[in-house]
Amino acid sequence: MAARLKRYWLPIVLIVAALLFPFLDTALDAGLMYPVITIAIYVMLALGLNIVVGFAGLLDLGFVAFYALGAYVVGWFASSQFNQVSFSFGSTAVSLSGGSPPGIHLSFWILLVLAGAFTALCGVIIGFPTLRLRGDYLAIVTLGFGEIIPRFFQNGDDLGGFNLTNGTIGIKAIDSPGIPFMPDSLSTLQRFSSLDLNPWYYTILILVLITIYVNVRLQDSRLGRAWISVREDETAAAAMGINPVTTKLWAYALGAVFGGLAGAFYGAFTKNIFPDAFQFNVSILILCMVILGGMGNIYGVILGAIALQGLNFYLLPKINDWVHAIGNLVGSPLLSGADIPKYNFFLFGVILVLMMLLRPEGIIPNRQRQEELRGGDEEPAATEPARV
Amino acid sequence: MTTGEPTKSRSGVLLDSVRSSSWQSRIAVALIAALLILLLVQAAQEPGEFASQLVIGITNGAIIALIALGYTLVYGIIELINFAHGDNFMLGSFVGLTVLSGTFFGIGLFAPINGESSAFLKVIGIGIALVVAMAACGLINMGIERVAYKPLRNSPRLAVLITAIGMSFILQNVGLVWKGPTQVPFPELISNANVFNESVVAFRWRDLFVIVVTVPLLAGLSYFIRSTKQGKAMRAVAQDKEAASMMGINVNRTISITFLLGGILAGASGVMFGLFNGITVFSVGFTQGLYAFTAAVLGGIGNLTGAVVGGFLIGIIGSMSDQYIGVRWTAIVIFAVLILVLVFRPRGLLGDRSAVQGGGE
Repeated sequence: MAARLKRYWLPIVLIVAALLFPFLDTALDAGLMYPVITIAIYVMLALGLNIVVGFAGLLDLGFVAFYALGAYVVGWFASSQFNQVSFSFGSTAVSLSGGSPPGIHLSFWILLVLAGAFTALCGVIIGFPTLRLRGDYLAIVTLGFGEIIPRFFQNGDDLGGFNLTNGTIGIKAIDSPGIPFMPDSLSTLQRFSSLDLNPWYYTILILVLITIYVNVRLQDSRLGRAWISVREDETAAAAMGINPVTTKLWAYALGAVFGGLAGAFYGAFTKNIFPDAFQFNVSILILCMVILGGMGNIYGVILGAIALQGLNFYLLPKINDWVHAIGNLVGSPLLSGADIPKYNFFLFGVILVLMMLLRPEGIIPNRQRQEELRGGDEEPAATEPARV
Repeated sequence: MTTGEPTKSRSGVLLDSVRSSSWQSRIAVALIAALLILLLVQAAQEPGEFASQLVIGITNGAIIALIALGYTLVYGIIELINFAHGDNFMLGSFVGLTVLSGTFFGIGLFAPINGESSAFLKVIGIGIALVVAMAACGLINMGIERVAYKPLRNSPRLAVLITAIGMSFILQNVGLVWKGPTQVPFPELISNANVFNESVVAFRWRDLFVIVVTVPLLAGLSYFIRSTKQGKAMRAVAQDKEAASMMGINVNRTISITFLLGGILAGASGVMFGLFNGITVFSVGFTQGLYAFTAAVLGGIGNLTGAVVGGFLIGIIGSMSDQYIGVRWTAIVIFAVLILVLVFRPRGLLGDRSAVQGGGE
């Protein structure tokens, strides 16, 4: 019993803290709900990428593609994008003139499932022909897909005369999620509003908890062990009866599901999506989170996501103020006018390089991953002639 | 860095390969043939336009080929996709622009060289800009290798690749701080007019300039790799690092020189890109770098001739897509080429190092 308690106290404390966070935020009037929800979206993305990079050891440089696909699924089926038709099902959308609103409006909860399934399918379609490739080639192929998909959304406003994605303007006015049949006493749940962020927060919290649960369960499952063996030595794993392609494909598809779910939530939360929000930088940001925290370690990845987004939201504006203050003090217009947050990717680049040079296993390492990444140090010793 | 294959009867080999080919490759060949026929139909309808696009494609291809050589040289020797190479190219164009502006760190050394300068000044200015950019990029590339890649020589390959991505972002932000987020204009030093008057085909002085600079560079590189002692050392290290070091070759120095060579070519390419297109921007390294990487893969990564052939092919594919599909689809077309080549023929057209996994990392 004591051992169990020891094993579970940290997750339980963290979950309770997460559940109580909105009350704390209201009590302190900190106004942190919006950034915290955004951070939670990134936690989910990072955990999804962790399955691909951390568990299966496949470098995916185009993870943003799944994020974008998830967001566009919500955009297509919960807005007036396809105003040629009018179809509503369980949606919170109402038409101003009465009757059913133009466009397809499905319930957000159905769309979540749909987005997850769709991105999983896309993951399999992209992964199937490419997973035979060796690590770095695979990384470039995923990068290619990650570049093609946002560009396709950007150019998709005139596909033989059909407006699929509304081009660079993107899809506007996406329906809010909600549970329409809730009693009026719980009216905030009927339709999530942008004034009361609590329903949003609990929705993303549940999604994050599901992601964590799946990650934890996968880690020690048969599939999880298959990933480790394929990651360490594909030939040996294949000789042991593991099909490397199916195993990798599972990692790819599962990672894609969480990317898609996060994208779907993001679409509904921001209400406006456009292709520029899904650039290569986002893929690298998520990768940076996974690497900083520790590939394959769930706590590490969550910490990495919180640390980097915290840096984006909190520290960089602070540093900006300091630099401006110094600039005013010494009278340098260059410093006082510098826009530091613009250069955040300089910092992410430095983080990637330094982490790989100094601590490739991340802040909170996964033990097995650490041995693999540090294994290089022993290699020269092994090739030396044995002393008899 | 390929070895010549024993020559059999050409037609016999061809027949054998057709007989043993899979249905997938037959479909691919059929599709490519169909595309070529479509292009030829277009060419027959408007030959002038087609030829002009071809010239632009070849010029762009020359610029891409020079970058692609940097990828392929480095991949050939340490099997690393040097992700930062494209951004090095971008810095090359910035260095060239700064030299032409005549102002260094706020100190004006000479009057900016622009369209009004005399022809002699223009030639000297372009020459100096090229040389300085080549030197700077070569040294930057060598420095990156020292600082970021050398300590990771025995690490898993993905660790080095991630470092390279990090370096790419660092260089990109250096460019962002240096010249700002907007497009920077290059002075119009080379005339946009046709070389031959009254010609239907647009063959401009700019195209001529790019070709005139590229050809000696390629010849020089080829001479260096084939005929000098250092080039021989490079080929040896590419084949087998351990054996090379046993033969008394300084492996680290050879790798450094490889990076230096790649950087020199990227620097020249950066200045030419700026002069040819009239603009440059901090993010240009990412797209041009990916195009060049596509070219290197298309030709067969690690294969120098392949990189040049791939570069010209990508340039031509790009300009044809600009003309007949639409400019905004060009990037998608080229990335699709990248994916298709990697999936269906990872060895590239001319073939070198196998990309399909034969074993563990």
